[in-house]
This record gives sequence, structure tokens and C-alpha cells, in this order.
Amino acid sequence: MKEIYLDNNATTKVAPEVLEAMLPFLRDSYGNASSMHGFGGKVGTFISQAREQTAQSLGCSPDEIIFTSCGTESDNTAIFSAVRSQPEKRHVVTTRVEHPAVLNVASHLEIAGYEVTHLKVDEQGRLDLQELEESLRPDTALVSVMHANNENGVIFPLESISEIVKSRGILLHTDAVQTVGKLPIDLEKLAVDFLALSAHKVHGPKGVGALYVRRGVPFRPFMLGGHQEKGRRAGTENVAGIVALGKAMEMAALGIHEENNRVRALRDRLEQGILDAIPDVRRNGDPASRLPNTTSLAFKYIEGESILLMLDQHGICASSGSACTSGSLEPSHVLRAMGVPFTYAHGSIRFSLSRYTTDAEIDLVLRELPGIVSRLRAMSPFTATSEAAGDCAC
Amino acid sequence: MWDYTDKVRDHFLNPRNAGPMEDPTVVGEVGSLACGDALKLFLKIDDTGRITDATFQTFGCASAIASSSVLTELLKGKTVDEAAAITNKEIATELGGLPREKMHCSVMGQEALESALKRFRGELEPLAKPEGEIVCKCFGVTDVQIRRAITENGLTTVEEITDYTKAGGGCGECVLDLERILAETRGTEPAKTKPAAPQRKLTNLQRMQLVTKVIDEEIRPSLKKDRGDIELLDIEGPKVLVSMRGACSGCPSSQLTIKELVQRRLRDAVDPEIVVEEVRS
Repeated sequence: MKEIYLDNNATTKVAPEVLEAMLPFLRDSYGNASSMHGFGGKVGTFISQAREQTAQSLGCSPDEIIFTSCGTESDNTAIFSAVRSQPEKRHVVTTRVEHPAVLNVASHLEIAGYEVTHLKVDEQGRLDLQELEESLRPDTALVSVMHANNENGVIFPLESISEIVKSRGILLHTDAVQTVGKLPIDLEKLAVDFLALSAHKVHGPKGVGALYVRRGVPFRPFMLGGHQEKGRRAGTENVAGIVALGKAMEMAALGIHEENNRVRALRDRLEQGILDAIPDVRRNGDPASRLPNTTSLAFKYIEGESILLMLDQHGICASSGSACTSGSLEPSHVLRAMGVPFTYAHGSIRFSLSRYTTDAEIDLVLRELPGIVSRLRAMSPFTATSEAAGDCAC
Repeated sequence: MWDYTDKVRDHFLNPRNAGPMEDPTVVGEVGSLACGDALKLFLKIDDTGRITDATFQTFGCASAIASSSVLTELLKGKTVDEAAAITNKEIATELGGLPREKMHCSVMGQEALESALKRFRGELEPLAKPEGEIVCKCFGVTDVQIRRAITENGLTTVEEITDYTKAGGGCGECVLDLERILAETRGTEPAKTKPAAPQRKLTNLQRMQLVTKVIDEEIRPSLKKDRGDIELLDIEGPKVLVSMRGACSGCPSSQLTIKELVQRRLRDAVDPEIVVEEVRS
């Protein structure tokens, strides 16, 4: 059975060109870039090339890029750097819908005595910029706001956010793991101080990421050790991964608008097809400002894990924000923050497409999903005409 | 993805006896859409008290559907008395086991069966409320259900209570109650371990110190589990002024948290006259 992979916000297939680019560094060119001999030293030139590719795709300077092990490390590095470089400031602003790579650092800071403001989102997953503005204080060290949400795809207005935050002289970090490669990003125009990205979300391998640090921003390293990355991130370079990241970033930037249009059309056909064919389905997230590849849909009266496992029988890979897939008992923190009623939240499914998604794959989902929903609803004690519980969203 | 046994997968993908029943002798119901799990169990019972048919309707995950399916198979052919002896452990064992976090699905099967049999015996009105007092408001779990899960499954921690009943798996406000019920049921030192309300009148300084201690040592850690927090702003006689922080700030349930968790605990530990009020910035 051929796999239909629609879980690209979780991870992506490594592009064949990216794999080709990295293989030499796993086979023959295994030298350590820090070595004095030529065998090792020459791999350093490929790291430089990858840094240039990455910088070029983001519109920044190569010396503003630090290679890391993943998006989480990039997020952690940015946040800890911001607070450690301003020890007199004890307040951090973030949102309720961030990735755990940010939320758990925020919790850690709270335990350490920092005060953290978690900005709300509305029922469409949007931020209130006035609340952001009002949350800023003289002792605010950092604002950390994701560029787009991994679950519902909602894009936050980073340009407006940066205007508000930078006008107060406060550092701004964005977790752009979901937008890099999907949206054009120009760091010459976008006034953020830190931007985190991850290779495996843009058809690169797992285990490598990058952090943009705007020139002149005070920086404190998170990883301590050797002098790699100019002392900003110690540890022997993951040369194959870094080369792969550079290639993946270069590929993502090429024809990004055309690719966005193609993927958006596929996503819209999938979404509209589901909404037309299946009653009692709700879209989670602002349709006006969303990643082109993401749709989060909630199916009333049934539970997300059951839908996922039945889709899996047809080789269709998606993900769910429902409780039962996570080991938690409540739906995801993102759906809860949006106030999605429990009646829907338990049945939420996310489809996230990629450059490899085809029309035929969308056809298959549209063919199989209505039957799955219908089968599960037939088994459910709740129906459209008799509902045993209210839409409590508490 | 959960590590389900082949039998769980089989019962989920090929559920036995799924669907409503025409003219059932009795129906047992547990759960709700809000809880994320619900089961409606239909039984046909003949004049001799033997279950001749059983079907189900389930809202829930794969293990909830599989538990319901296997329960109906276990029930067919049994007398009512034999059926009454079926436990959640038997349901889980029949499936070759369930992940620890999914044990509440088997408990749901047992509870739906009990609900049906009680109605059959005339012990429950068709729309009767569950026995006992609701402890976990998020999932509507009563103290009777919790005590029973502890006793029948030998539970020793609050985490296990959550795995088996879902109680405590939502906002976490009932965690202190779960600890108390666990201690009481197991016959260990109950809630007396917490500071009892002093009998003599407190000075303002003593009251302030005690309020601060209870908030810092008991209430704040409980809220932080859900990424929330609380700040003590002032104490004016019996009035304690607080501000909710983190995830609790602006939460629709913050008033419930203040009254049911903060105020109740401070009344127990400090002064029964205390009134907690939130100051919104």
C-alpha cells in the first residue's frame, strides 16, 4: 500500500537532491571541520556554503546564522540568550499557543522567578495586538511569538508585532519552524532579533536546525565547549546535516510563490471537498491568514484517534489535536486556547501537505474519509438530532 | 501511536455488536461528549435473567470502541448475576491488555454495565444522576467511582487514579481531593497531613504568614501544573486579594479556581471566614 503522507507539519520527506548533497559527508568526506589538516579543513568550505545558502534564502548575512541541532535548540538558545544578556529584566511575553519548545522554557523561567505573560488567542487562533502592546513593560526582556501555528496553520502578523515590540526597544524572537520554506521571509524587512528554523520541516534531515541572530543583538551561548560557530554554539559540526540544510533552504526558496499556489489549491480542494461531503465539520483557524499547506478540521460526534487509525488503514497519514493521541485527557493546548468546543475538539484532524502531495492523493482522501466518518458516527451514541452533552469549552 | 494489541486493533476495526438495539430490555449509559468518552450499552435479557443479546454505541478512541466491543462478547449468554461480576480488569485482559493511560476505557465498560444492571433491577431511574459527589468537574467523576477504582485496581497514586477514571486529567483543581480520597480509601494518613485550621484567633501577621504559606506550598504548585499561577496582592481582614497569572490569567474557569480551590483551601487551613477576590489588572 502506498503511503499518502499528509503530516508534513510534523516532519517532511528528505528531498532526493538534499540526500545526494549530504551523502558525501557521511561516506568519504568525514573530516572534522576544526582539524588543521586539509582533509578535515576542506569540509569547512561546505559549511560556509550552507551558511550562505541559508542566509540568502532568509535575506540576512551569513554571519547572522548559527547552526544548531534542531528548532527546539534554536528556540531555547534564543530565549535563554535574551534573558541572560539582560539580567535586570525579569518579564517575558509569549502566547498560549506556542510549541512546547517555547512554552516549557517559559515555565522553566517562571520557576526561576521570571514573570511570563501568555497572550490569548481568539476563536480563530488570532492574537490581539492591543493585548500584546499592553503587556509590554520596562522590564520585559523578550517577546517570543511563533510565526505560524503548527496545528491550525494560523499566521501571526509578525511585521505588525515587530513594529510594536521594537518601538519599545524589546528583543523579539520568532519560532519560524513552520513558515521557513512555506512563506517568503526577508529578514532585511522583518525586524526580528532571533528566528528559529529546522531542516526536517523543509525536506531536510532531522537533527539540524539554525538560529538567526540579528547583528548587534547581545548573545549568550547555550551550548558551551569548543570554538565552533565562533563560540556561539559549541560542538563538532554536523557537516552532512548542515550541508543538507543549506541545500534544502536553497530549494525551498526557488519558486516558492508558484509552489505555494499549487499546494494551496490542493489544500483548498481537500478542505472544501470534506466540508461539502461531510456534515458537522468545523474548520479550526483563521482562513484569511493560514499556511498554504495546512488545514485543521474538527468532526463532531467522533474522536480524532479513531479517525486517524482508520485513515491509517488506507495508508493515509495525518495527525490529531485530540486528547487520546497525546496521552493527555484534554484536547491540545492550541484548541483549548482557541475555545474550540469539546464537542468538536475531540474530533480534530490536521492535514498538512507538501511539495510532493499529488492530486491523486487528495482524491483518495476525499474518497475514503466520508465513509470513515460515517462509520464512526454510526457507532457513536451522539447524532445530529440527539446530543447528550453541551458545547462546554471550559 | 499507541502500542495496541492485535486484539484491540481487531475489535476496533471490526467491532462486534456495534449499533443501537431495537426494543432493548435495558440500556446503560456513561460519559459525555465533553468528557471525550461515552458508552451506551444495550442489553436484551430473557425471562430467566440471561443476557441474550448485547450491543453498544461508543464515542471515543480505539481502546474505548474495542473495550465496548469485547464487553458485548463477554456478556452474551451470561446471567445477570454472572454479568455483574465482570470487572474492568477482565475487559482489559480479554483485549490482551491496554496502555496504562487507556485503562479508563475498560472502566467505562464496567460502569456502563453496572448502570444497565442497576436499571434492570429497578435501582436506578432512567435519568438518575451518578452516585456520590462530583469530585472532578472536568470529567464528572464522583468520589464513589474514584474510591471503587482505587479499591478494585489497587491504585496507589493520583496519576493512576487519572489513568483509570480520568479524574484529575483536566484542570487539576481536584488533585488535592484525589490525594485525600486516596489516603482515606487506602487507610493511610488522610488529609490530616495538611495544616489544620487553627482554633485560636490569628493576628494579622499570623494570618498573612499562613495564607502565604498555603498559597506558596499547596496552591501555586497545583496551578503551575497547568501552566497557571497566582499572586497574593493583599489581605484586608477576611478578604484575600489575588491576581491570576500565566494560563490562569483570563481563563474562563478562573472564578471557579478561585472559589473552589483557593478559597476553599484557605478556609480549611487558615480561617473559615476568608473570602478570596480576584483583582484584574
